[in-house]
Amino acid sequence: MGEPLLELRFPARAAELKPARHAVKEVLLASGCADAVARDIVLALDEACQNVIRYAYGPGREGDISLTIERKGDELVFVLTDWAPRIDPSKVRPRDLNDVRPGGLGTFLIQEMMDDVEFVDPPPGCGNVLRMVKRIG
Amino acid sequence: MEHSVREEGGALVACFSGEVDLEHSPTARQVLLDCVDRSSKVLVDLSGVEYIDSSGVASLVEAFQKAKKSGVEFALVSLNDSARRVLELARLDKVFTIYDTLADGL
Repeated sequence: MGEPLLELRFPARAAELKPARHAVKEVLLASGCADAVARDIVLALDEACQNVIRYAYGPGREGDISLTIERKGDELVFVLTDWAPRIDPSKVRPRDLNDVRPGGLGTFLIQEMMDDVEFVDPPPGCGNVLRMVKRIG
Repeated sequence: MEHSVREEGGALVACFSGEVDLEHSPTARQVLLDCVDRSSKVLVDLSGVEYIDSSGVASLVEAFQKAKKSGVEFALVSLNDSARRVLELARLDKVFTIYDTLADGL
Protein backbone atom coordinates (compact mmCIF):
# COMPACT_ATOMS: atom_id res chain seq x y z
CA MET A 1 0.00 0.00 0.00
CA GLY A 2 1.45 3.34 -1.02
CA GLU A 3 1.38 6.70 0.64
CA PRO A 4 -1.17 8.95 -1.09
CA LEU A 5 0.37 12.33 -1.92
CA LEU A 6 -2.22 14.04 -4.07
CA GLU A 7 -5.71 13.54 -5.40
CA LEU A 8 -7.01 16.06 -7.93
CA ARG A 9 -10.07 16.15 -10.09
CA PHE A 10 -10.60 19.01 -12.51
CA PRO A 11 -12.41 19.83 -15.75
CA ALA A 12 -10.53 18.74 -18.87
CA ARG A 13 -9.86 22.30 -20.07
CA ALA A 14 -6.61 24.03 -20.99
CA ALA A 15 -7.12 26.73 -18.36
CA GLU A 16 -7.16 24.09 -15.62
CA LEU A 17 -3.69 22.77 -16.39
CA LYS A 18 -1.66 25.55 -14.80
CA PRO A 19 -3.15 25.16 -11.29
CA ALA A 20 -2.81 21.39 -11.64
CA ARG A 21 0.87 21.73 -12.60
CA HIS A 22 1.55 23.96 -9.64
CA ALA A 23 -0.22 21.61 -7.22
CA VAL A 24 1.76 18.67 -8.55
CA LYS A 25 5.08 20.52 -8.37
CA GLU A 26 4.45 21.56 -4.77
CA VAL A 27 3.71 17.99 -3.73
CA LEU A 28 6.74 16.59 -5.55
CA LEU A 29 9.14 19.08 -3.99
CA ALA A 30 7.62 18.47 -0.55
CA SER A 31 8.14 14.74 -1.01
CA GLY A 32 11.85 15.31 -1.61
CA CYS A 33 12.05 15.34 -5.42
CA ALA A 34 14.93 17.30 -6.87
CA ASP A 35 13.86 20.39 -8.79
CA ALA A 36 14.90 19.01 -12.19
CA VAL A 37 13.09 15.71 -11.58
CA ALA A 38 9.94 17.53 -10.44
CA ARG A 39 10.12 19.68 -13.57
CA ASP A 40 10.31 16.59 -15.80
CA ILE A 41 7.41 14.90 -14.02
CA VAL A 42 5.24 18.02 -14.25
CA LEU A 43 5.91 18.21 -17.98
CA ALA A 44 5.02 14.53 -18.52
CA LEU A 45 1.79 14.82 -16.55
CA ASP A 46 0.87 18.03 -18.34
CA GLU A 47 1.42 16.34 -21.70
CA ALA A 48 -0.73 13.39 -20.62
CA CYS A 49 -3.52 15.76 -19.57
CA GLN A 50 -3.23 17.58 -22.88
CA ASN A 51 -3.71 14.30 -24.71
CA VAL A 52 -6.87 13.67 -22.72
CA ILE A 53 -8.22 17.13 -23.53
CA ARG A 54 -7.31 17.10 -27.21
CA TYR A 55 -7.78 13.49 -28.21
CA ALA A 56 -9.74 11.51 -25.60
CA TYR A 57 -12.44 14.14 -25.11
CA GLY A 58 -11.75 16.13 -28.26
CA PRO A 59 -13.29 19.44 -29.37
CA GLY A 60 -16.73 20.14 -28.00
CA ARG A 61 -16.79 17.31 -25.47
CA GLU A 62 -16.52 18.06 -21.76
CA GLY A 63 -15.55 15.95 -18.83
CA ASP A 64 -13.13 15.63 -15.96
CA ILE A 65 -9.60 14.44 -15.39
CA SER A 66 -8.60 12.73 -12.18
CA LEU A 67 -4.95 12.60 -11.15
CA THR A 68 -3.62 10.69 -8.17
CA ILE A 69 -0.04 10.53 -6.96
CA GLU A 70 1.14 7.84 -4.58
CA ARG A 71 4.56 7.04 -3.18
CA LYS A 72 5.52 3.38 -3.01
CA GLY A 73 9.03 3.06 -1.65
CA ASP A 74 11.35 4.67 -4.18
CA GLU A 75 8.64 4.93 -6.80
CA LEU A 76 6.11 7.63 -7.50
CA VAL A 77 2.97 6.24 -9.13
CA PHE A 78 0.72 8.54 -11.16
CA VAL A 79 -2.73 7.50 -12.29
CA LEU A 80 -4.63 9.66 -14.77
CA THR A 81 -8.29 8.83 -15.30
CA ASP A 82 -10.82 10.30 -17.68
CA TRP A 83 -14.45 9.66 -18.59
CA ALA A 84 -14.00 10.11 -22.32
CA PRO A 85 -14.67 7.45 -24.97
CA ARG A 86 -12.18 4.58 -24.85
CA ILE A 87 -9.15 5.08 -27.01
CA ASP A 88 -7.14 2.35 -28.71
CA PRO A 89 -3.80 2.32 -26.83
CA SER A 90 -2.07 0.71 -29.81
CA LYS A 91 -2.66 3.95 -31.72
CA VAL A 92 -0.84 6.05 -29.09
CA ARG A 93 2.69 6.14 -30.40
CA PRO A 94 5.50 8.70 -30.22
CA ARG A 95 6.43 10.21 -33.53
CA ASP A 96 9.78 10.03 -35.23
CA LEU A 97 11.83 13.01 -34.02
CA ASN A 98 13.56 13.23 -37.39
CA ASP A 99 10.21 14.28 -38.81
CA VAL A 100 10.40 17.94 -37.74
CA ARG A 101 6.89 19.30 -37.63
CA PRO A 102 4.61 21.05 -35.17
CA GLY A 103 2.84 18.68 -32.83
CA GLY A 104 3.11 15.03 -31.94
CA LEU A 105 5.71 15.41 -29.20
CA GLY A 106 3.51 14.77 -26.19
CA THR A 107 3.64 10.98 -26.16
CA PHE A 108 7.39 11.00 -26.76
CA LEU A 109 7.95 13.37 -23.82
CA ILE A 110 5.81 11.26 -21.50
CA GLN A 111 7.75 8.10 -22.35
CA GLU A 112 11.05 9.94 -22.07
CA MET A 113 10.32 11.38 -18.61
CA MET A 114 8.62 8.40 -16.98
CA ASP A 115 10.11 4.98 -16.29
CA ASP A 116 6.90 3.08 -16.97
CA VAL A 117 3.82 4.15 -18.92
CA GLU A 118 0.83 1.92 -19.59
CA PHE A 119 -2.88 2.07 -20.15
CA VAL A 120 -4.62 -0.11 -17.61
CA ASP A 121 -8.15 -1.50 -17.59
CA PRO A 122 -10.47 1.25 -16.41
CA PRO A 123 -12.91 0.65 -13.57
CA PRO A 124 -16.57 0.46 -14.62
CA GLY A 125 -17.89 3.85 -15.68
CA CYS A 126 -14.47 5.31 -16.48
CA GLY A 127 -13.06 6.02 -19.90
CA ASN A 128 -9.29 5.60 -19.93
CA VAL A 129 -6.71 5.09 -17.21
CA LEU A 130 -3.04 5.87 -17.77
CA ARG A 131 -0.60 4.67 -15.12
CA MET A 132 2.90 6.15 -15.01
CA VAL A 133 5.79 5.40 -12.68
CA LYS A 134 8.91 7.41 -11.91
CA ARG A 135 11.69 5.90 -9.81
CA ILE A 136 13.24 8.51 -7.57
CA GLY A 137 15.31 6.32 -5.26
CA MET B 1 1.76 34.23 -20.50
CA GLU B 2 2.82 37.78 -21.40
CA HIS B 3 4.25 38.81 -24.72
CA SER B 4 5.56 41.86 -26.49
CA VAL B 5 6.98 42.59 -29.92
CA ARG B 6 9.41 45.40 -30.72
CA GLU B 7 11.74 46.42 -33.50
CA GLU B 8 15.41 46.39 -32.71
CA GLY B 9 18.47 46.41 -34.96
CA GLY B 10 16.44 45.61 -38.07
CA ALA B 11 14.76 42.61 -36.45
CA LEU B 12 11.42 42.00 -34.81
CA VAL B 13 12.05 40.77 -31.28
CA ALA B 14 9.17 38.75 -29.84
CA CYS B 15 9.48 38.36 -26.07
CA PHE B 16 7.51 35.79 -24.15
CA SER B 17 7.31 35.33 -20.41
CA GLY B 18 5.38 33.12 -18.05
CA GLU B 19 3.98 29.75 -19.14
CA VAL B 20 3.60 28.89 -22.82
CA ASP B 21 1.19 26.00 -22.45
CA LEU B 22 -1.93 24.59 -24.10
CA GLU B 23 -3.97 27.57 -22.93
CA HIS B 24 -1.59 30.22 -24.27
CA SER B 25 0.25 28.57 -27.14
CA PRO B 26 -2.43 29.58 -29.70
CA THR B 27 -1.62 33.22 -28.89
CA ALA B 28 2.12 32.55 -29.11
CA ARG B 29 1.57 30.86 -32.46
CA GLN B 30 -0.32 33.81 -33.87
CA VAL B 31 2.21 36.35 -32.60
CA LEU B 32 5.10 34.40 -34.13
CA LEU B 33 3.42 33.83 -37.48
CA ASP B 34 2.54 37.51 -37.63
CA CYS B 35 6.17 38.45 -36.94
CA VAL B 36 7.35 36.18 -39.76
CA ASP B 37 4.87 37.90 -42.10
CA ARG B 38 6.12 41.35 -41.17
CA SER B 39 9.90 41.08 -41.04
CA SER B 40 12.93 39.53 -42.70
CA LYS B 41 14.44 38.74 -39.29
CA VAL B 42 12.69 37.45 -36.18
CA LEU B 43 14.31 36.82 -32.81
CA VAL B 44 12.30 35.01 -30.14
CA ASP B 45 13.35 35.93 -26.63
CA LEU B 46 12.44 33.11 -24.26
CA SER B 47 14.40 34.33 -21.22
CA GLY B 48 11.22 34.95 -19.25
CA VAL B 49 9.55 31.65 -20.10
CA GLU B 50 9.14 29.64 -16.90
CA TYR B 51 7.42 26.72 -18.58
CA ILE B 52 6.94 25.55 -22.16
CA ASP B 53 5.29 22.34 -23.28
CA SER B 54 4.88 20.53 -26.60
CA SER B 55 2.12 22.92 -27.71
CA GLY B 56 4.44 25.88 -27.10
CA VAL B 57 7.23 24.11 -28.98
CA ALA B 58 4.81 23.41 -31.84
CA SER B 59 4.22 27.16 -32.15
CA LEU B 60 7.95 27.74 -32.46
CA VAL B 61 8.31 24.96 -35.03
CA GLU B 62 5.43 26.20 -37.16
CA ALA B 63 6.82 29.74 -37.22
CA PHE B 64 10.32 28.43 -37.95
CA GLN B 65 9.07 26.38 -40.90
CA LYS B 66 7.13 29.32 -42.29
CA ALA B 67 10.19 31.54 -41.89
CA LYS B 68 12.36 29.01 -43.70
CA LYS B 69 9.93 28.84 -46.63
CA SER B 70 9.75 32.62 -46.81
CA GLY B 71 13.48 33.27 -46.50
CA VAL B 72 13.01 34.96 -43.12
CA GLU B 73 15.79 34.67 -40.58
CA PHE B 74 14.40 33.07 -37.40
CA ALA B 75 16.25 32.39 -34.18
CA LEU B 76 15.66 31.76 -30.49
CA VAL B 77 17.56 33.74 -27.88
CA SER B 78 18.24 33.42 -24.16
CA LEU B 79 16.84 29.98 -23.43
CA ASN B 80 16.45 29.23 -19.77
CA ASP B 81 16.59 25.72 -18.30
CA SER B 82 12.94 24.91 -18.92
CA ALA B 83 12.90 25.79 -22.62
CA ARG B 84 16.34 24.32 -23.23
CA ARG B 85 15.36 21.01 -21.63
CA VAL B 86 12.27 20.55 -23.78
CA LEU B 87 14.05 21.55 -27.00
CA GLU B 88 16.97 19.21 -26.26
CA LEU B 89 14.64 16.30 -25.52
CA ALA B 90 12.84 16.91 -28.79
CA ARG B 91 16.20 17.26 -30.56
CA LEU B 92 15.16 20.66 -31.79
CA ASP B 93 18.21 22.35 -30.28
CA LYS B 94 20.01 21.17 -33.43
CA VAL B 95 17.27 22.47 -35.72
CA PHE B 96 16.77 26.01 -34.46
CA THR B 97 19.39 28.72 -34.55
CA ILE B 98 19.88 29.59 -30.87
CA TYR B 99 21.78 32.54 -29.44
CA ASP B 100 22.78 32.86 -25.81
CA THR B 101 21.87 36.54 -25.69
CA LEU B 102 19.81 38.97 -27.69
CA ALA B 103 22.95 40.95 -28.46
CA ASP B 104 24.44 37.85 -30.10
CA GLY B 105 21.40 37.55 -32.34
CA LEU B 106 21.16 41.17 -33.43
